[in-house]
Amino acid sequence: MTLPSSTLLAQSILAGIFTGALYGLLGLGLSLSWGMLRQINLAHFALAFVGAYLTYQLASYGGVDPMLTLLMIVPLFFVFGIIVHWVLSHFKVTPFNSLLITFGLTIIIEAMLQWIWTADYRRLESSYAEHRYRVGDLFLPLPELITLGLSVGIAVAAWLVLKRSDIGKALRAAAEDAPIAAAFGINQRALALLLSGLNAALAGVAGVCIALSYTLAPSQIYTWIGVVFAAVMLGGLGRPMGPLIAGCIIGVSEAVTMAVASPSLAPLVSFSLLILVLLVRPGRA
Amino acid sequence: MRRSLTLVLLAGVMLAIVPYLGLPAFYESVLYLIFHWVALATSWNILSGYSGYFSFGHGAFYGIGMYTTATLTSQFDVPFLWTLPVAAAFAALFGIVLGAVSFRVKAVRGELFALLTLAATFVVATIVLNVPLIDGGQGVYLSAVPMPDFGPSPSGTFYLLALGAAVGTLVVALLIYYARFGTGLFAIHDDEDVAEVLGVPTFKYKVTAFGLSCALAGVVGGIQAMFVSYVTTGDVFTVALPLTVVLMSVLGGTRHWLGPSVGALVITVLLYSFTAGDSAVIGKVAMGVILIVVILFMPEGILGQALTRFGRKPKDREAHASLPPSAINQQLATAEAGTASMPASARPGEVAHGAAAAESFAPKRKAAASASSDVLLVAKDVAKSFRGVRALKGVNLSVYRGEILGLLGPNGSGKSTFINVVSGHFPATAGSIVFKGQELVGKHAHLVARCGISRTYQIPRPFAHLSVLENVALPAMFGGQLTERRQAEEDAWQWLEFTGLAGRAHALPDDLNLHQRKFLEFARALAAKPELLMLDEVLSGLTPSEIDEAVALIHRIREQGTTILFVEHVMRAVMALCDRIVVFDQGLVLAEGEPQQVMSRPDVVSAYLGKPIENEQSPNVSGARNGSGVHAHA
Repeated sequence: MTLPSSTLLAQSILAGIFTGALYGLLGLGLSLSWGMLRQINLAHFALAFVGAYLTYQLASYGGVDPMLTLLMIVPLFFVFGIIVHWVLSHFKVTPFNSLLITFGLTIIIEAMLQWIWTADYRRLESSYAEHRYRVGDLFLPLPELITLGLSVGIAVAAWLVLKRSDIGKALRAAAEDAPIAAAFGINQRALALLLSGLNAALAGVAGVCIALSYTLAPSQIYTWIGVVFAAVMLGGLGRPMGPLIAGCIIGVSEAVTMAVASPSLAPLVSFSLLILVLLVRPGRA
Repeated sequence: MRRSLTLVLLAGVMLAIVPYLGLPAFYESVLYLIFHWVALATSWNILSGYSGYFSFGHGAFYGIGMYTTATLTSQFDVPFLWTLPVAAAFAALFGIVLGAVSFRVKAVRGELFALLTLAATFVVATIVLNVPLIDGGQGVYLSAVPMPDFGPSPSGTFYLLALGAAVGTLVVALLIYYARFGTGLFAIHDDEDVAEVLGVPTFKYKVTAFGLSCALAGVVGGIQAMFVSYVTTGDVFTVALPLTVVLMSVLGGTRHWLGPSVGALVITVLLYSFTAGDSAVIGKVAMGVILIVVILFMPEGILGQALTRFGRKPKDREAHASLPPSAINQQLATAEAGTASMPASARPGEVAHGAAAAESFAPKRKAAASASSDVLLVAKDVAKSFRGVRALKGVNLSVYRGEILGLLGPNGSGKSTFINVVSGHFPATAGSIVFKGQELVGKHAHLVARCGISRTYQIPRPFAHLSVLENVALPAMFGGQLTERRQAEEDAWQWLEFTGLAGRAHALPDDLNLHQRKFLEFARALAAKPELLMLDEVLSGLTPSEIDEAVALIHRIREQGTTILFVEHVMRAVMALCDRIVVFDQGLVLAEGEPQQVMSRPDVVSAYLGKPIENEQSPNVSGARNGSGVHAHA
C-alpha cells in the first residue's frame, strides 16, 4: 500500500462526493417512502433505470437534450408512483410485503428493459460528457456537477418543505401516527399519494443522472441496491438530508479505499460501516 | 408427524430410482435444479419462515459453502464429498457468529435484520474476492476435480446428491416444525418478548435455527460449486439469490415445512419452461406477476391457502361443551351452596374443594389466613430507570405463599414496571429479587418463567397466528413444567374449560372479544402452573358482570394453591380479593397491610385522590369510607 499523491487523493475525494451525491439522490426517495409511508420500495431502483433508458433513447435517437427529458419523465413517473401507492395502500400491505411486491415489480421492469433494449451495455453519448472544468489540478466533469447540484438542491428543498411548510408538518404528523393525524383533520391519504408521486419522480431525476454518467444494462439495477440502502440507513429514515450526507461519507470512503488500497476492496468499507451502525445505533431506523 | 416423515422418505427413495431408468440427462438436470432450490428455500425457511427473521444473507452462506468446496478441492486436493461437511461447518460458524452478534441487539428485527444480513453478504463477497487463495478475482475452475461415481452417470450422481440434500433439509425442517423447538420459533414470530416471558429461550433458539439454516445452505452451495464447475463472486454473492429464495418461500407459504418446496417447484418449472430466447422475458414477467398476486391475494402462500381451505378442521371436543364463564361460575356456586348446607363430615371428597371456595367467599374472611408465613418472593431495594426516569426507586416488599397481594397506586407509580422487572421483561437497574431462594435479577425472562413465575399483560398479547388452544399449550411446554406437546394440549383443554374458552379453542385470538382475550391471558398464564401469578390490570375495560366472573375465577385460581400478585384499579375487586395490599407512589412503597387499614390511611387517600384544596381532612376520609363501603356491597 503506497500513499497516493495529494492531487490523486483530492481527485478521489471529489469523485467520492460525486458518487455520493447520486447515492443520496437515489436514497432520498427510498428514505422518504420508508420513513414516512412505511413502504420499502425496491422498485425505486428499477424505476430509476427506466428513467435512464428513456433519457438514453430520447437523447441518442430523438436528439433531445438529456436535461429536457426531465420534462416528460417527472410527470410520467409522478403518476406511476401514485398508482403503485394506491395499490399498496388499498391492500394494506405491511412494510415487509411492500418490499416483496416491489421486488416483483423490479423483476417485471428488468425483464421489460431487457426485452426492449437487450441485455447489452448501452452508453449515452451526449455533449455534456465533453465538458470538463479545471480547478487547479482537479477536473470537474459537467454530468457529475449536474448530479451534485440536483442532489443538493432537491435534498435542501425537501428539508425546507418538511421543516417549515404546513404540508411538511402534516406529513410528519401522518408518518408518526396516521389514524390520529387523520382524526385531527389531516388528509393523510392525499398526502401519502402526493409524497409517493414525488418519490417516483425523484427516481426519474436520479435516472437521468445515471444515464449521464454511467453505462446502462438491465442487470445493473441490482448493483445499486446494497450501497444505497446503506446510505439510507446511515442517514436515518425519513430525514431528507440524511441520504445525501451518508451517501457522500460512503462515496468518499469508497473512493479513498480505491485509491489507497484496491478498487475491489471498496464495498468492505461501506458495508462494514452499515453493519456497525445497525448494531450500535439501530434506533436510527 | 410420523406420517409426513414416512412420506418424505418414501418420496426420496422413489425419486432415487429415476437416474437408473435411463431417461435423457435433460430430465435429471431439471430435477437437479428443482431439488437444489427446494433444499435452499427450505433451509432458509427454518430460521426466516418459522421465526420471522427474514434473512437476506442466504447468498453469503450458500457462497461460503461453494467457496469452501471450491478451495478445498482445487487447492488442497481434498476429495469432493469430504468438503461438504466442512462447507456446512464454515457456513454454520459464520451464521452463528453473525446471529450471536445481531440477535443481542433487540432493535435489529424485521427489515433491519434483512438489511444487516444483506450487508454481511457483500462483506463476505469482498473478502473472498480479495484473498488470492480463495478467489483473488479470477474465479475458481473445478473442471479438473475428480467426481465420485456412485451414480449411474455424472448427471445421475449430481441428481442423487441434490436429492439427498433436499430430502435431508426437508426432514430437518419437518422435525423442527413438530418439535418444541418449532413451536418456540413460531412464538418468536408472533411476539418475541411474550415468548421469552413464557419461557422460550429465544436467543438460543434463534442462533440454533440460524446455524442449522446456514449449514444446510452451505451443503447445497458445495454441491452446486461442483455442478457448475466454475465459481465467481459476481455470480454467487448476489441480491437476486436471497430474493429468489424469499420469493419461493413466500409463494409456497412460510408457516409450513412443505411451503418453500411448493414455491421452489412452481418457480423453477416456470423459469425452465421459458428459457429459450424471448420467452425468458415472459418467464421473468410471469414470476414477478405471480409474486405480486400471491402477496396481495393469498398472503399465506399457495400451500397455506390450500391448507386453510381444504385441510382437515381440528375437531372440537363434544365433551367440553362450550360453556360461557358465567355458566361455569353458576355451576360452581350451586355446588358450593350444596356442599355448604351439608354437614362437613358428609362431604364427598370430590367437592371438598368447592367447600374451600365457599369458605373464602365468606364475607368475614380473615386477612392472610390462607397465606402462610412462608415467604415466596422478597424484593429488596429494587430500582429501575429508563434513561433518567426513575420508575422504581428502591422497592422493598415480600410476597407470602398462598396469599393474594394487591398492588395499588396511582398511574405511573411503578406497579406495572415492578411486574415487568420481576418477570424479567425489563432488567432491574439495581436491587435484588429472591424467589424461593433463587436470585432473579440478571436472569433472562425465560429462566424466570422456568422458576415458576408467570404473568398476564395489561393489554392482552396473544400469539396472533396460533390458535387459542396452541396459545395456552405453549407455556406448558416452555414454563416450569416442560411437558411434551401432546400432554400440554391435553392440559390446555383443562385450562380452556377453567376459563370458559373451550368453545373457542380453534379460533384465532383476533376473533375473540376483549373479555375473552383477557381470559385467554389468564389461561395462558395458568397453563405454566406457576407458583406465583402476576396479574396486570386484568379487569380494566371489563363490564361489571364480567368483573364478577373474573373475580370468581381469581378465587378459583387461588384455591389451587397459586400465590397471586394483583395489580388493579378496580377497588371493589381489590377489596373483595386481596389478603394484603401494598400501595406504590412515585416508585416507592407508600403503605402496606390489610386492605381496610391501608385504604383509610390519609397519605394513601391523598396519593390516590390528590391533596385537599383547603387542607380539610374530612372529605378524604369520607372518600376512603366510600371505598370500604363498596366492599361491603361486593
